[in-house]
Amino acid sequence: MTTAKTTTAETAVEQAEFDRLIESDSRVEPRDWMPEAYRKTLIRQISQHAHSEIIGMQPEGNWITRAPSLKRKAILMAKVQDEAGHGLYLYSAAQTLGIDRETMFEQLITGAAKYSSIFNYTTPTWADMGSIGWLVDGAAICNQVPLCRASYGPYGRAMTRICKEESFHQRQGFEILLELMRGTPAQRAMAQESVNRWYAPALMMFGPPDDDSPNSKQSMAWNIKRFSNDDLRQRFIDMLVPQAEVLGVTLPDPELKWNEARGHYDFGPLNWDEFYEVLAGRGQANAQRVAKRKKAHDDGAWVREAARAYADARMEERLAS
Amino acid sequence: MNHSNHVKSTAITAESIADSSVVASDAVARYALGLGDDALVLAHRLGEWITNAPELEEDVALGNIGLDLLGHARSLLTYAGTAWDRSEDDLAYFRDESEFRSRQLFELPNGDFAQTIARQLVSSTYFVELYRALSLSRDATLAAIAAKAFKEVSYHLDHSTQWLQRLGLGTEYSRERMQSGLTVVWPFVAELFSADPAADALDAVGFDGIAVGVESLRPAFDALVPRLIVAAGLTVPELPAARGGGRVGIHSEALGPMLAEMQVLARAHPGATW
Repeated sequence: MTTAKTTTAETAVEQAEFDRLIESDSRVEPRDWMPEAYRKTLIRQISQHAHSEIIGMQPEGNWITRAPSLKRKAILMAKVQDEAGHGLYLYSAAQTLGIDRETMFEQLITGAAKYSSIFNYTTPTWADMGSIGWLVDGAAICNQVPLCRASYGPYGRAMTRICKEESFHQRQGFEILLELMRGTPAQRAMAQESVNRWYAPALMMFGPPDDDSPNSKQSMAWNIKRFSNDDLRQRFIDMLVPQAEVLGVTLPDPELKWNEARGHYDFGPLNWDEFYEVLAGRGQANAQRVAKRKKAHDDGAWVREAARAYADARMEERLAS
Repeated sequence: MNHSNHVKSTAITAESIADSSVVASDAVARYALGLGDDALVLAHRLGEWITNAPELEEDVALGNIGLDLLGHARSLLTYAGTAWDRSEDDLAYFRDESEFRSRQLFELPNGDFAQTIARQLVSSTYFVELYRALSLSRDATLAAIAAKAFKEVSYHLDHSTQWLQRLGLGTEYSRERMQSGLTVVWPFVAELFSADPAADALDAVGFDGIAVGVESLRPAFDALVPRLIVAAGLTVPELPAARGGGRVGIHSEALGPMLAEMQVLARAHPGATW
């Protein structure tokens, strides 16, 4: 990336040190010099990830009050709360790059920052709690495990913590579906119908095919991203098929079959027009998700203001004494 | 009553009670049912805050408090159910409003954040005193549930006390909201410390020392809560007590819609497991 700064001798030394860190697969820490483009890429990616955690609370939060058993209610509450926690670590990681939470929140509300489009799909049935865990969190794990080794230290460390909890989330989603598939005909139908809706959107979570993914190459060069979108998608499908067999659900892709020569499952084309439609704001719930986040924030403004005023007054008292 | 099979107090959960051979007597079960309903109804209300809280830290905090209460509810309802061969879910999802034995304070709608904090302040103080006393119960299972719960509700009281301070002493507007929240919940304080027919029934059949006479907890509440309110620059409301009746199945209009939502899916699939 060429900027006016990179022409100075001092910056050239810093750039060389940064390049050495990346080349030796070492960690870049907040106080280290880093190219502006690297910083911007990380802010974009980490804040999007944080926003995804926070917006992602909504489709599941939708079922906390209706969870069909107390055990499921407890697990769901814990899970949604974990997501708030993940959002908090990630916002903190982004803050180390020089952006504050209020700015990131504004970017979310105004649409300047994106979040994972998957959360613009709705959750009309309880089985969707299973599908989100199994498919959506499953895809997220495939994406996120390599991020534990991301070159930026605070991001990698946040991801290590998040991935531990995500694998629990995926397991509970699988268990919800397993319980449904072992249940009544109505429960089995509910599970299959939900898997039919979530399967393709989950595969699209890895992003567009490599040829259409403009940011991937640079992110891989910087050791932020470790595997390409298509590689991760393939890895996910290979993992999913045997699990679907255990569940007894059908994955809605007639072209899905084992390819001995490749050592992978072949799969049919995905509807990328739908992906871009949802990305452009025309998903089932784009407006609703952002509006709800904004409402919670606006309704709580007086609470945060009171907490600030109280903290300021205590600080003044301490300074005066 | 069999006290020899009691579950280990260190890790008591709904599952460990269900897996043990403990069976509550009918009288103990009726008492546990009321306590379980209190915790369940409040846990559900706190769950309604998740994704709606004023800051993410509070989505986490209110969610955590709700989860703790749900844990208490599950243990208490599981224990109650041992007397009647009913599971925690049978009791939570397949009883109607008039069969719920929760005190009315817990079903009050969340209102704004200050109203929730007011309800939490009163609830947490009550739970701290209740579980402190109940941890000495002659019934080993109730004592174990209470001992675990006591530690948790002590943190809940700390959370609500801190917010009472922040809102009472924060801005003029937050002070008004906090005062207004206290006004909403205050009429329901008296019911918390009024007689529990299930507890009285235990004493009547010679099971004294098992239940807590909540009337005896009022002085501790009065020694703490008004002082906290005044220290936060607020006024202790002087309002007549609501009529109460939760322990005999009389509820405010808020409980019915709450249960309708909570029970809708379970009731659409009777006999299903999840």
